[in-house]
Amino acid sequence: MALRRFDLDAGGDSFAFKPETEEKIAFWRGKYPADKQRSAVIPLLWLAQKDNNGWLSEPAMREVADRLEMPYIRVYEVATFYTMFRLQPVGKFHVQLCGTTPCQLRGAEGLKEVCTREIGKPMHVTDDQRLSWEEVECLGACVNAPMVQINDDYFEDLTPEILSGILSCLRNGAAARPGPQVARVNSAPEGGTPVLTDASLYDGSKSRLRELPNLPGAPASAPAPAPAPAAKIEPEVPKAPAADDLKRINGVGPKFEAMLLEMGVRTFAQIAAWSPETVDTVEARFGFKDRIDREKWVAQARMLADGRFDEHDLIFGRGKD
Amino acid sequence: MSDTFKLNIDGQEVEVPKAYTLMQACEEVGAEIPRFCYHERLSVAGNCRMCLVEWEGAPKPLASCAQIVGDLRPNRDGSPPVIRTKGAYVEKARNGVMEFLLINHPLDCPICDQGGECDLQDQAVAYGRGESRYDENKRAVEDKNMGPLVKTIMTRCIQCTRCVRFVAEVAGVEEIGMISRGETAEITTYLEKSLTSELSGNVIDLCPVGALTSKPYAFNARPWELRKTSSIDVMDAMGAAIRIDSKGDAVMRILPETNEDVNEEWLSDKSRFVWDGLARQRLDRPYARRNGKLLAVTWPEALDAVKAALSVGADQIGVVAGDLIEAEQAKAALDFFRSLGVRNTDCRPAGAQYGLSGVREHYLLNPTLAGVEGCDALLLIGANPRVEAAVWNARIRKSWLWGKLKVGVIGPAADLTYPYEHFGNSPAALNSEAVRAFFKGAAKPMIVIGEAGVCRSDGEAVLSAALGLAQNVGAIAEGWAGYGMLHTAAGRVGALDAGFVPAEGGKATGNILDGSVKTVVLLGADEVDLSRLGSSSVIYVGTHGDAGASRADIVLPCAAYSEISATYVNTEGRVQITTRAVQPKGEAREGWAIFRALSALFGKALAYDTADELRGLLRGKAGENTPFSGRGYAPGAKGSAALSAAMPASSVSLGSEPFARAIGDFYLSNPVARASRTMAECSALATSLDTAVAAE
Repeated sequence: MALRRFDLDAGGDSFAFKPETEEKIAFWRGKYPADKQRSAVIPLLWLAQKDNNGWLSEPAMREVADRLEMPYIRVYEVATFYTMFRLQPVGKFHVQLCGTTPCQLRGAEGLKEVCTREIGKPMHVTDDQRLSWEEVECLGACVNAPMVQINDDYFEDLTPEILSGILSCLRNGAAARPGPQVARVNSAPEGGTPVLTDASLYDGSKSRLRELPNLPGAPASAPAPAPAPAAKIEPEVPKAPAADDLKRINGVGPKFEAMLLEMGVRTFAQIAAWSPETVDTVEARFGFKDRIDREKWVAQARMLADGRFDEHDLIFGRGKD
Repeated sequence: MSDTFKLNIDGQEVEVPKAYTLMQACEEVGAEIPRFCYHERLSVAGNCRMCLVEWEGAPKPLASCAQIVGDLRPNRDGSPPVIRTKGAYVEKARNGVMEFLLINHPLDCPICDQGGECDLQDQAVAYGRGESRYDENKRAVEDKNMGPLVKTIMTRCIQCTRCVRFVAEVAGVEEIGMISRGETAEITTYLEKSLTSELSGNVIDLCPVGALTSKPYAFNARPWELRKTSSIDVMDAMGAAIRIDSKGDAVMRILPETNEDVNEEWLSDKSRFVWDGLARQRLDRPYARRNGKLLAVTWPEALDAVKAALSVGADQIGVVAGDLIEAEQAKAALDFFRSLGVRNTDCRPAGAQYGLSGVREHYLLNPTLAGVEGCDALLLIGANPRVEAAVWNARIRKSWLWGKLKVGVIGPAADLTYPYEHFGNSPAALNSEAVRAFFKGAAKPMIVIGEAGVCRSDGEAVLSAALGLAQNVGAIAEGWAGYGMLHTAAGRVGALDAGFVPAEGGKATGNILDGSVKTVVLLGADEVDLSRLGSSSVIYVGTHGDAGASRADIVLPCAAYSEISATYVNTEGRVQITTRAVQPKGEAREGWAIFRALSALFGKALAYDTADELRGLLRGKAGENTPFSGRGYAPGAKGSAALSAAMPASSVSLGSEPFARAIGDFYLSNPVARASRTMAECSALATSLDTAVAAE
């Protein structure tokens, strides 16, 4: 960071707030008690910078100090501490280019080259007084890196070509559209979202709570939910002992084994043949969402049904029997 | 809840008040804590990190200057927290801090004026590592302009912010600040304007490194080759404790010493930088006017000329003592002239209306300088302490800032560095309802009247009205004498105590100088109006070729305050004695000795042959109580009995003429200061700035 000093020549001798700013000044000063008015120094400096074509001149700083009855040196300390107070003239459009890591990784260096080529050195104002630029630290839009801030607007997802286009728009007095410069909304994925597109996700139909009687839209006296169908699981011999030791499946304990037997599941082969729908049904019966998928019962059962017990134990671990 | 807290510091158990900082607690057990930013008389900043200590169990070392003891907690078993100020842990922490401080500090000790008395140097030896591991580029900082007194070499700055805090808190002019941040942080004044404080020199003492050094003293001497003499300052009537550093026959610089009752540890710029005036424009031999020109003569010739000039009849002789007269000279001169029958003797400015009542308390600052700290309502009448006693003004400000003091002023409006209630600039305000309301509810009111308040035709009435007001508002009570005078001249109280006022029927200063007497003797009196002397012949006894000497017909050179052991009584009535630091210039003699020699010439030899005998006479016999009996002590509240009596009825009534200023230009108020190039520079700057303390 270079030394920051007032440009005394460019600052002239006087500064006056715009009449319409007075209301804002009163607003900020009104936030603080009469003996703590100096607390308003940063907002007032900010307003002065806005009224002074985007930079803070020495007379502007003195005006703020006089209004808040602060010694000049105290305001000077604040103005030089915060780099967003610019002590040198800037162009009508001042580009703040984020050079912090995420933006740098996404190509901020290329943007810098564009600025250097088309505007000049940092804080140099173009001859037409329209453009200037500087590199700043993170502006907090990393999702849309690389990006710049021009006056009050963010221009995101830039490429050197796009930035160059924006700069030439601004130079020629045309408006540039702020925000992401690619096909995306704010920081949503480019070209629309690839996930979570199922409309049913948003109509409440996926919610397990849809069965509650007081859920909006639910029938006033909903019938008790029908027991989940034990579809496609035909009991062979009720309560017959297991043909295989189902507890070899890591995750199946005595309790699950009993439930499985009740459903007529007796062999590894049966489990190995479960379709995703069946898994859902069984999970619904158990009341443990996702457990079968997570513990990979189907894969385990396939391996066990093939007789690859050692391999199973190595990969999944032996179930507790 | 008890107000104290037990700590175990370096294995020693100690119980300290909870409000103590850890640093104070450590010092309680005699541990030495290094520091840069911390200063007893400034607020705590805690930014140098040099004072780190270990608190057993804490994850990191603590900055002891910013840690309040009451915020520590005992160990789990209830035993006092264990603090270590020594040991490998602490040493490593301080070593690391020191390494960081030195990273950007230049290695220019051999050409640095701070060398030999530099905190950074000393502590780098004690706590730093032997060599640098840093081989990057060092940062460099542009030097700043801070005026004619403070030289800056900002690359040496370690950003302790002592100077920033001093000017904001003590001096009361927020002019130094730290701008930018991080590696680019710099200490500067606003756009490098000069400091306008009359206490600015103190930042030189405060600066722990060589960033702020004395500009007039630059490259003049090394501290170890200077002879250091403790003495008393005479630039104002406070009598601040100073140390005169001299080399050979020259005073090289003046530094403050600590006297809690008078100047704490500050010193005004005039007292500190006046030393070059002690070597310039000096009278080093007697002169006599022959054919309209002052020619150098020998002492015997000069004394003969004096004898001739004094043989005009006692009523045709007038003697005026100046602002810097020491009590010995005043006493010897008074004894001598009284022996000639001279009644026209005065040590007060023209028009002064005080000091004749015979009550010493009427012209002392009875509440004492330090007394303002306990005081809750202070009324200044025709006094501007910022100019007349700059260091005391900082004390008033301190009392206003940290205590509950409120200040009222009757006199010219001025920037005193603290807010005050202004009751106008007319003596009539003394009797106003507003002033009485100001003192309402005050437990320890204080009324201080300046020299400008009494050197006027209705001075007596002002004095008596002020004393009456003091008695009315409860300023005079058991154990509190809240009425006093703030003098502007160091020699005034001592001369008054010696009785240097007109004898019965004698003329006062104004009348002595109006050309009505044939021979006028000026004892260093340069501040008086000499324009009406007419054809009077003038004998000038003094130190500098100033207004008095240039008008004189005979000039007798005497020693300045740095060249003799001399008694001065400050505005509080505190008797203090200066110490000879260097020899008197050329053929200059001690003031009292000149009159001892003259008395022998007149055949009326004074009763003392040495300064000690003379001082013994001033002190009085053992058991006798004279103003000079006690040394270094101010009578203070003992005066309340004398002050509870009303002043003798005044023949004049309060006028409506506004109060004037006692001192025109702070930097040029006496012959020593007027001979000083530094003071001239300061004065020119202050005048051009138009924000001069004197011009306000």
